[in-house]
Amino acid sequence: MGSGSNIGKVRGLGSAKHGGQHWINQRTSAVGNLLLTTWLAVSLILMPNFDQPALAEWLAQPAVAVPMILMLVSIFWHVRLGLQVLIEDYVHDDALKFASITALNFYVITSLVFGIFVVAKLAFTGAVA
Amino acid sequence: MGQKTNRPLSPHLQVYRWSPQMAISIFHRATGFVLATAGMLTLLWWLSAIGGGTENYAIFQKYVVSAGKNASGVETAANWFFRLLAVAVTYSFFQHLFSGLRHLVLDMGAGYELTANRNWALGAFIAAFFATALVALFVASRFLGV
Repeated sequence: MGSGSNIGKVRGLGSAKHGGQHWINQRTSAVGNLLLTTWLAVSLILMPNFDQPALAEWLAQPAVAVPMILMLVSIFWHVRLGLQVLIEDYVHDDALKFASITALNFYVITSLVFGIFVVAKLAFTGAVA
Repeated sequence: MGQKTNRPLSPHLQVYRWSPQMAISIFHRATGFVLATAGMLTLLWWLSAIGGGTENYAIFQKYVVSAGKNASGVETAANWFFRLLAVAVTYSFFQHLFSGLRHLVLDMGAGYELTANRNWALGAFIAAFFATALVALFVASRFLGV
């Protein structure tokens, strides 16, 4: 282990042991997105009309609220992994990169919690007129 | 990582002729970004509008679907902004879907022959275009009375 170039600092240390996990999670959430957005598209095509009472009644059903929440989880997981790669590829300044990843974490978690709350509230307390 | 080096770099984008395979790669990123931001925020707006009741949903409809005949100039402009955004998000969805499916196939080790790789990239572009057009026609005929 040297102290010179970047490669010299890490040579001989071995792998970090989680090299493949990000890649596999991205594919796992991709398959989740594929299944769940297909479900959403088919459900929307089968909707007789799109006025608010009909949509609220539809979304409040357990068989719709559960896949909708799963879809939000799967998509935002995929968003987290995908935008992380974007940031790592294009933001080279260490401090800015750290700030960007933090902002991404806040965006993903806030959006996901908001989405889950909206769907759960509708499912548990019924539709608002 | 932050170190500045003056070592020679390998040839970058400007020395290559653009091919469908290259285009689909950067389109996958760009459309992913559109979906992650504009797409997901619109989806959350739609869900919360459904949860918010009739009046709340009417606001979503006024902006994203149709401002109506008595709308002011600003409302009509905002409506067209969101309509164009909706087309961009729809296109991004299909483009990312088809190039994503291509990635899943490539991950299994298939489709690296030069002509197959090129044809699948072209096919994903064409499929995304027609799928977007189909959805746009469906929405226009069913919701906008065109």
